[in-house]
Amino acid sequence: MTTTVGSPAGAARRPGTTATAYPRYLAGRLGGAAVSLLAVLVTSFFLFRVLPGDPVKAMTRGVPTSAGQMATLRRQFGLDLPLWQQFTDYCAKALTGDLGTSYQFRAPVGELIADKLPATLLLTGVAVVLYSAVGLWLGTRSAWRHGGLGDKLNTGVALTLWSVPSFWLGLLLIIVFSVGVGPVPGLFPTGGMESGDETGPAYVLDVAHHMVLPVLTLVAVGYAQTLLVMRASLLDEMGGDYLTTARAKGLRDDLVRRRHAVPNALLPTVTMIFINLGHVAAGSILVETVFSWPGLGGLFYQALSVPDLPLVQGLFVVFAGAMIVMNLLADLLYPLLDPRVGR
Amino acid sequence: MTSLTWTRRRASAARFWRQYRRQRAGAYGLVALALIALVALTAPLLVGGDVRSVTDAPGTALEAPSGRFPLGTDQFGRSLLGLLLWGARVSLAVGLLAAALSVAIGTLIGILAGHYGGWFATLAMRVTDWFLVMPSLVLAIVLATVMSRSVWTVVLAIGITSWPTTARLVRAQTIAVESRPYIERARALGGGHGHVMSRHVLPNVMPLVLSQTTLCISTAILTEATLAFLGLGDPTVVSWGGMLQDAREAGAVSSGHWWYLAPPGIAIAVVALAFTLCGRAIESVLNPKLGAGR
Repeated sequence: MTTTVGSPAGAARRPGTTATAYPRYLAGRLGGAAVSLLAVLVTSFFLFRVLPGDPVKAMTRGVPTSAGQMATLRRQFGLDLPLWQQFTDYCAKALTGDLGTSYQFRAPVGELIADKLPATLLLTGVAVVLYSAVGLWLGTRSAWRHGGLGDKLNTGVALTLWSVPSFWLGLLLIIVFSVGVGPVPGLFPTGGMESGDETGPAYVLDVAHHMVLPVLTLVAVGYAQTLLVMRASLLDEMGGDYLTTARAKGLRDDLVRRRHAVPNALLPTVTMIFINLGHVAAGSILVETVFSWPGLGGLFYQALSVPDLPLVQGLFVVFAGAMIVMNLLADLLYPLLDPRVGR
Repeated sequence: MTSLTWTRRRASAARFWRQYRRQRAGAYGLVALALIALVALTAPLLVGGDVRSVTDAPGTALEAPSGRFPLGTDQFGRSLLGLLLWGARVSLAVGLLAAALSVAIGTLIGILAGHYGGWFATLAMRVTDWFLVMPSLVLAIVLATVMSRSVWTVVLAIGITSWPTTARLVRAQTIAVESRPYIERARALGGGHGHVMSRHVLPNVMPLVLSQTTLCISTAILTEATLAFLGLGDPTVVSWGGMLQDAREAGAVSSGHWWYLAPPGIAIAVVALAFTLCGRAIESVLNPKLGAGR
């Protein structure tokens, strides 16, 4: 965080503000994130307790239930207490990590989520890293030769894949590469995360084998956004005088791109990658469902079909919380990458 | 005065159209949309309403494509081509209605927040930011779960969860417009809040709203398909997402019936792509710096 002497922003700044600016920015963002998290808790409470009218009726929809059973259920879930008391109970419990008990699995929601979290992190982590890399690479190429055939093809393919529903692409991939169509044999497993009888390095290979199709689906549907943002921000940079200077110094085109233009254009894209990281946990609901991946998305689908309201609620809080944390990280990282922001 | 205004507006619309036509991808998108809209509107004439009937279906279950059923039949023996054409109605209607609702909310909040400023703007933007960080698909799924199963629930769920981007864009544009001198002139001549917002700000944000709506429709159509696929749509209504769910339930995946699965997904992708292309073309006409068409 050094002040560039002579830059217009640096000259206008009062001495001493730089040292205190980042902590203040940090505090502001942390406070904002805390408020957002609280708002998520409040919303999830009202969404699940107030909107359905009677949660017990919603829980037992389609199942014949006697008045006595309804009353027992109500007492069991604390629904006979006044609304404000339910709310304070709920908040107090949620803050200590207790998200209630699943109606379907008869187990604590927190435990169920912790159990499925690693699988989701593995799948979505690999997918985000891959599609960010692909998007950055193709976006850079597209912008550097903008207007050319390669650019048009790149953008066209990306936009087309982006318009495809992810679950549909997943189902087609299963048909073609797992079930096999015509001469194509079934190359990959139809779903799940492991075959069950492998250990050591063979286990790693087995999991990787199971991951190919779901990761491919997520990457295909997701890389367009990174590509388009990278392309737009690089195009923005390409008119810059500093690139003319770099070229005038005699740098090769390749070096001008890699050392000068791309690092500047990366800034908005990096923020977006973080925001994407927050999105993917929720975004992989469909892909996990289609590939029976044992993660949070699959759990969410199972919870929906009952509907298991405490579990849906817990996952809702987790998905929204992931978004908030990732947004916060992006906000905190941004001033470190781009010193013009947040002072 | 009025005729002068209209002459000016006509001229600007003609200019817009000339520039739009030069965006080749956008022109393709528009043609595709016109064709699809035509199919959706004339579906009752093309295939008749009884194509949806489960009880007296013309074919046997899960027939492969043939001369009589060009796309095969579903598990009830209904013609998949007929269902596909019929499904265009629901997918388009839900997409358009949800996008209209979302953009209407976003525009209203954006203009009010941009115009009034102060505590109202602070509050409105906090709510917007908060909706912006919510995973909108999850929120839409949750809303569709806790409310009753109907097409309107889906419209409402999509509309309520997808307005924040529009609100932010419109607010920024409103603030930019209101800093121009002619707004000061309108105020000096006695124009009230309502007058300034409806006569001066709204026409100026409309182009932005138009491109935003077009982009929003493709997201809404994808979300509708997703909700229907998860079984959260109205089970009695034929839609493309619902067809995919039926296909999965009929075991089309494990038995390799790709001809059952492929057409609805292609239809969704084509419509979503067409709307995206139109939206991007409008965007780059309005803001050539974006470089989408370059």
